[in-house]
Amino acid sequence: MTKRFSISQLILLVVALALAILWLAPIAWAVATSLKPESETTKIPLEWIGSEITLDSYQLVLGTGGIVKWAINSTITAVITTFLTVLLSAMAAYGFARTQFRGQRALLAIILAGIMVPPQVLIAPLFAEMVALGLVDTWWAIILPQVAAPLIVYVLYKFFQDVPPELEQAAFVDGAGRWRVFFTIVLPLSRPVLAAVSIFTFITTWNNFLWPFLVSTDPNTMTLPVGLANVVQGTFGLRYAQIMASVVLAGLPLLVVFVLFQRQIVRGVAHTGLAGQ
Amino acid sequence: MTTTVAAPAAATPAATEAKVRRGWTQHGLLFVAPFLVIYVVFLVWPTILGLRMSMSSVNIAGTNDNMVGFDNYAEAFADPRMWRSLWNTVVFTVLSTVPLVLLGLGFALLVHHLRFVQWLWRLSFFGPFLLPSAVVSILWLQMIYPPDYGLINGTLGTDFTWLTDPSTAMFSVVLTTVWWTVGFNFLLYLAALQSIPQHLYEAAAIDGASAWDKLRSITLPLLGRTTALIVVLQLLASLKVFDQIYLMTGGGPEDSTRPIIEYAYDMGFTGYRIGYASAVSYILFAIIVIVSLAQLRLFRKRAEGSS
Repeated sequence: MTKRFSISQLILLVVALALAILWLAPIAWAVATSLKPESETTKIPLEWIGSEITLDSYQLVLGTGGIVKWAINSTITAVITTFLTVLLSAMAAYGFARTQFRGQRALLAIILAGIMVPPQVLIAPLFAEMVALGLVDTWWAIILPQVAAPLIVYVLYKFFQDVPPELEQAAFVDGAGRWRVFFTIVLPLSRPVLAAVSIFTFITTWNNFLWPFLVSTDPNTMTLPVGLANVVQGTFGLRYAQIMASVVLAGLPLLVVFVLFQRQIVRGVAHTGLAGQ
Repeated sequence: MTTTVAAPAAATPAATEAKVRRGWTQHGLLFVAPFLVIYVVFLVWPTILGLRMSMSSVNIAGTNDNMVGFDNYAEAFADPRMWRSLWNTVVFTVLSTVPLVLLGLGFALLVHHLRFVQWLWRLSFFGPFLLPSAVVSILWLQMIYPPDYGLINGTLGTDFTWLTDPSTAMFSVVLTTVWWTVGFNFLLYLAALQSIPQHLYEAAAIDGASAWDKLRSITLPLLGRTTALIVVLQLLASLKVFDQIYLMTGGGPEDSTRPIIEYAYDMGFTGYRIGYASAVSYILFAIIVIVSLAQLRLFRKRAEGSS
């Protein structure tokens, strides 16, 4: 083994600390501002801590703003999207990896080609479709287009292909059907990759802006990022402490999720990102 | 991820695999069907519909829907604001991709070689990536960039015009983007670094290689595939930029930051010309497909060359 501590380690540590402070500073500044009395938020020279530390802004934001409602909307839409995406993608991926049917190759090719379609360029036709279906200002308008995620199918398809068929074979011999094998053997076996894909989908959905922004004009169906953007764009005489309190509250859930699920998220990003290889 | 799977024990893997694959054929389509319905309705159909729209004069109300052939495309190619937004998109893509790849690599190398408080570095460098674009934009617009009380000018005692000057606005948007998204590349590089076999370094150490030698002749070459992947993911992500620019500058000042997605959005949703907006979108779509296919070919050539 190498030495546990050396000069080079010390230098690296100092560099890393400096960069980490630099990288965390904007977030720390948001937190610091949110804890100041409103009158001191734009003081020059800058002060990290105001004359008092107060939670007034949080109280005001939570009490009067729509932020709680938007957080609930975001949670519901992100959970439903993630559940549907992972379930339907896993079923499709399994169908492609383990069964045979007419037209299978053509269908798989069509789905893989879909990976190249950027959702951002489809906003106009998708919007027209949502108007025609009467789904504007509903959660389904936010959820359904995000469920059509060919990349997730591809990631899971690759994974299922690598699962040794012997594991399923035993269950078939015992007389279990395809569906039972899928739900009681394949899915539990795939828990790590499913967790990775779920977390990735959840993060993407929670943070999505453009599409939810287009299809929710009613404050009651808005997600957190859309509601927040509307508040800031429509506010005269900005109240910085309150805005930063909103920003902290909106950013907090995923940071907490990250701290709790660090390993899965790291794996999720690595896995989903590497799927293109 | 395959490590979670128990080692196969059966004697005739080929036979069993064939059996598992061949059985229950009639269920195959049922597994695929639910996804397929959503996929066709919300991805395939809008892709076709968008192409049709781009050749029509349809407005946001869905009326005046006459087919005009390639008129919208001809108009777009003659439209200086389309070219400006396309140019802005290219500038943003180039300016953001370089630091996002290099810093991602730098952070990963740094963290990989540190034995202390790994969670802290991961949280610091990756944390911002978890924030919604709206949160990041509002934070930087309201509290980091303002001329006097903003965190940067306030700390440094400068009065740099970040987002309000056409010559600096794009740079500022890129800076925010780098801060926000570098964590993703950082994690990809970190994962790649951790998968390099340790014995390569031990062998090099026996040969008396310095840290620099090891980096140059082991680490960087073995990161080649990851770098190629990160570059293409980054190019594709940057070409689609919208959120932070729309929220921080609205495309201004003087159109200096407006990306092509925003131009399409403006034309379609505030200018009411959905047909024209679709044509602009499909021009970007074509560019993205070309970049993807070029990358695919590059990957293939590399894979053939290395095998």
